Amino acid sequence: MKLLYFAWVRQKAGTAEEEVSLPANIRDVNGLIDWLKTRGEGYEAAFADLGIIRCAVDQAHGDFDTSIAGATEVAFFPPVTGG
Amino acid sequence: MIRVQAEDFDIGAEVAALTAGRTDIGAVVTFSGLVRDASGNAPVTSMELEHYPGMTEKELARIEAEAHARWPLQATLIVHRIGELKPGENIVLVVAASAHRAAAFEAASFLMDYLKTRAPFWKREEGQGEARWVDARESDDQAATRWKR
Repeated sequence: MKLLYFAWVRQKAGTAEEEVSLPANIRDVNGLIDWLKTRGEGYEAAFADLGIIRCAVDQAHGDFDTSIAGATEVAFFPPVTGG
Repeated sequence: MIRVQAEDFDIGAEVAALTAGRTDIGAVVTFSGLVRDASGNAPVTSMELEHYPGMTEKELARIEAEAHARWPLQATLIVHRIGELKPGENIVLVVAASAHRAAAFEAASFLMDYLKTRAPFWKREEGQGEARWVDARESDDQAATRWKR
């Protein structure tokens, strides 16, 4: 699965994009975040305040309980600030 | 129509292209957003626009399709710039064309409100030697909720 990070989430995580093989028991975005937080301080810092984290599954806005089964791409980012 | 680009745009030329050869358009509303030279009390000397290539275009297309489902629109255009921008430069252009003005005004407003809260763009401002990510505004969320149904 491809993971993408944007804006300060990218800076804190320390990577813009990575390919990961997830444990089979991870079913939704929540599970993915819990797993990512075990992978190092950068991820821990990036996901310290979930109130200001948004996600997209296969390039569509998702929630933390959105299923990632069969998904090819999950992205994490702060609330958007375009326009 | 949707475009995400680094280059500037010419509002007059965009409107002319949108209405060229058409006689069914009676109203065109345009909105353009520009880079300010200050954010609150903090001076801004440049702004960097980051986005999510692929999702940005999909999300803008979803927003545009939603506008067409809600109002009788002859044409719409969304142009959003990315990369480094200076104060005074254009950031975004929204054009809504309809037979009558009410639909055009409302659709342009809707497109901007939804773009601001859903399109995956992030602004980073620079000033006085430091860079800071722009925080999302509660007022933008509230503006978007008035279109909920």
